[in-house]
Amino acid sequence: MDETLAEFIKRTILKIPMTEMMTVLKAWDFLSEKQLQTVNFRQRKESLVHDLVLLCEEKRASVHDAALLDIIYTQFHRHQKVWDVFQMSKEPGEDIDLFDMEQFKSSFVKILRRALRNVTVSFRDAEENSVWIRIAWGTQYRKPNQYKPVYVVYYSQTPYVFTSSCQLKSNIPLLGQALTVASNHHKIVKMDLRSRYLDSLKAIVFKQYNRNFETHNTTVPLQERTLELDIHMDSRIIHENRIEKERVQRVTQETFGDYPQPRLEFAQYKLETKFKSDFNGDILAERKEPLRCLIKFSSPHLLEALKALAPAGIADAPLSPLLTCIPNKGMNYFKIRDK
Amino acid sequence: MSVLRPLDKQPGLNTATILLVGTEDALLQQLADSMLKEDCASELKVHLARSLPLPSNVNRPRIDLIVFVVNLHSKYSLRNVEESLHHVDTTFFLGKVGFLITGAGREGHCSIHRNTVVRLARTYRSPLLFCDLEVEGFRAAVAQRLVRMLQICAGHVPGVSALNLLSLLRSSENPALEDV
Repeated sequence: MDETLAEFIKRTILKIPMTEMMTVLKAWDFLSEKQLQTVNFRQRKESLVHDLVLLCEEKRASVHDAALLDIIYTQFHRHQKVWDVFQMSKEPGEDIDLFDMEQFKSSFVKILRRALRNVTVSFRDAEENSVWIRIAWGTQYRKPNQYKPVYVVYYSQTPYVFTSSCQLKSNIPLLGQALTVASNHHKIVKMDLRSRYLDSLKAIVFKQYNRNFETHNTTVPLQERTLELDIHMDSRIIHENRIEKERVQRVTQETFGDYPQPRLEFAQYKLETKFKSDFNGDILAERKEPLRCLIKFSSPHLLEALKALAPAGIADAPLSPLLTCIPNKGMNYFKIRDK
Repeated sequence: MSVLRPLDKQPGLNTATILLVGTEDALLQQLADSMLKEDCASELKVHLARSLPLPSNVNRPRIDLIVFVVNLHSKYSLRNVEESLHHVDTTFFLGKVGFLITGAGREGHCSIHRNTVVRLARTYRSPLLFCDLEVEGFRAAVAQRLVRMLQICAGHVPGVSALNLLSLLRSSENPALEDV
């Protein structure tokens, strides 16, 4: 095992928090039970990692084994990457072929290797017919850089692909082409949707976020809620605008539902519109080119924050459809132009 | 009549009613709870409203003091108060209106300048109180002050009227500016 590989394995294991160490190593399944028992897991992390790397050397770990460990680490820490969403499509009228995972994998690797001699491609199958792909890019003359890989999660029964943001942007068209051809699609398009939370992106794209919504109970919860208000309130406090409050609750519930919202961190609106003014002869209104402006909403949990705006009294209900359409349209990047 | 008038109803026996007007219901609720915790010889009633005018077909007691709550973090709350002020009769402003400003502690979040609300209070000749309602200690202190103000405005403190209180509270910072 050469030095660079040993170093890479060492750094990968070092990233794993001590509390997860056993779980990850077991999932990796490269070091046997017997070997793991010979290691003292109570020592300081640096010494533990040193021992583990020695074991990997004994067992002659390869680049692919190390890459697999990297995939498993990323699967445990998926929110450390920012994920983009791509949608593939077939030609209209094309036959729906039966998907063959092995054929997809070999085809994918072949296409990448044909273009770039040096790439490391690793696969790990996951739930719901999905596959995690790790790609470390090299060039014709340089070995792959294992420290800047791209991760791709492909749900084979759907046309959707999730990729971690790639720093080497020149490789994205090649990646797109490889995915499209290997999966028998015709075209791939990047959606205007991005987030750290892969599971939330899945929920939005597969429309699974409103599963908990029960339509037949819409009248009952509201009554229960108003009863709650009476019990906890002092009778010396009177809410004058109770009807308005109930209206706001109702509108919020209609828009956002009762279920927990998928998690996004921001929504970005790029405006390219002409300046509109009430005053005639305003200098800015005479401008022929559109004004360019970028508005970004950020939050640890954007959709829950939007849902809480009207009940908290910070905004009017109903909210602007530009904000409420985010999960429905599956977008959090918008370009707004004059009609 | 959609305009609130101070003396259009009979007062209740030993009752003092305050009306808190503001967009952020949670803050108003907390302030109301703090006020009701105070020891007070009068019977207190707290009405919470998002904005004025109030719904007209409701039987409510005479309102002795109106406090408009503005959150410096929210231009929406200021606009709401400015519009609600139009539904208050001018005679209320003889000591029975106050402004309570919250959010000044977190300057990074403020989108309204302090001077804006100072000018607003000056325009309406009414006292201005600053208090971060989210902090329990400050909230308890301002609740205490409001209860005393309320008792005076309801006429429960012999020898002091709302108008007396108003002239006592008038800020001595820039007396010359006010007269100009």
